[in-house]
Amino acid sequence: MLSVSKINFERYFAPVFHPVSFTLEAGGLLLVTGTNGCGKTTLIRVLAGILHPTSGEFRSRTDSMAYVGHYLGIKDDLSVIENLRFMRDFLGTSNRGSGEVIKEVGLTRVSEQLARTLSAGQRKRCALARLLLSNTQLWLLDEPYSNLDQEGVELVDRMLHKHLEAGGACVLATHGAHRPDWQQTENYQLISGAAA
Amino acid sequence: MRTAFFALLRRDLLLAFRRRTELLFPVIFLLVVISLFPLGIGPGPQLLARIAPGVIWIAALLATVISLDGLFRSDFEDGTLEQFVLSGHPLTLIALAKILAHWLVAGLPLVLLSPLLAIWMNLPLDSLGVMILTLALGTPILSLIGSIGVGLTISLKRGGQRLSLLVFPLYVPILIIATAAVMAASDGLPYTAFLGLLVAGLITSLTLAPFAAAAALKISLS
Repeated sequence: MLSVSKINFERYFAPVFHPVSFTLEAGGLLLVTGTNGCGKTTLIRVLAGILHPTSGEFRSRTDSMAYVGHYLGIKDDLSVIENLRFMRDFLGTSNRGSGEVIKEVGLTRVSEQLARTLSAGQRKRCALARLLLSNTQLWLLDEPYSNLDQEGVELVDRMLHKHLEAGGACVLATHGAHRPDWQQTENYQLISGAAA
Repeated sequence: MRTAFFALLRRDLLLAFRRRTELLFPVIFLLVVISLFPLGIGPGPQLLARIAPGVIWIAALLATVISLDGLFRSDFEDGTLEQFVLSGHPLTLIALAKILAHWLVAGLPLVLLSPLLAIWMNLPLDSLGVMILTLALGTPILSLIGSIGVGLTISLKRGGQRLSLLVFPLYVPILIIATAAVMAASDGLPYTAFLGLLVAGLITSLTLAPFAAAAALKISLS
């Protein structure tokens, strides 16, 4: 599903992280860990195709990807349900209703509220709903647990399990203590480019 | 893809409606600038009539440049733009949908207000039709060409200043042709050649600008 060889990204001619190589199959979870500033976000963005690697190659990459990162990609001036309806219509790959997805992410009570009035955790849940509406094979998640309460963390793990069991794959970057529990997990410790 | 195009268009129009006070500003700016001319240079009817085409068009240009920065900024800053890149839909069509929404919200009001502006500036009534036509043809060109500049400057802080420097030279030909058309109409001279040039400009920018804007956005994202 995703196979990369010696991917490297430079900013101002300095490598952000040490070259990365891995292969991710269906049902696999790649857990990218590392210290703050080691380049986890940059790596995820390179994998997503937003940034282009300075060197190295993608031996294979599925076209069907979904990405949830620091910039949540939700509109502050739209309500939760409007955001989700737009995601659903725009991506056009889901046959799930937006109401059903709102219920799954636990935002029914605030579904008519504008996104700017939500808490950070609620906004995160709204962004995560995109994963349920996108019907894609590969998930690229950058700190999916941040801002979430215990229930939210369990929600992410539930969504992840369902996705992986159905044959999807996921690259998950986190620096936090919580790790998802999955049998086909590969741990990848990202090393900052500045480290010797 | 068509559903995605219209979903995006609807979303942008809805967002514009939600932020309508912010969007009224360019229109108000236009009205204020134009109303200053009779006050500043004296209400002599012949003088106003002579400069009316230029003044209205320059004010339309300025109002457009003010509103341009909002074209991609919000999506760039909250991560929606990178989601568009990831979605698999061609960024060109996404850019086109957003430019169309921008014109409907920022350009079309200028066209609709032009009769009022024409009266204020004492524009001869026989050239009013041509004035409206030049604005209807020209304002989409302004949005289209402007979007390329916005795409390039969106990642810069205070990119708006550099944006104006970028797009004004590109706007000059449109300004010259449009005002020439209206002045020719006022003088009873043939003007269809100028309108033809505007149509050609519209078709060219409609086909090429979205590609350029999409490429500019991809650069800005990386």
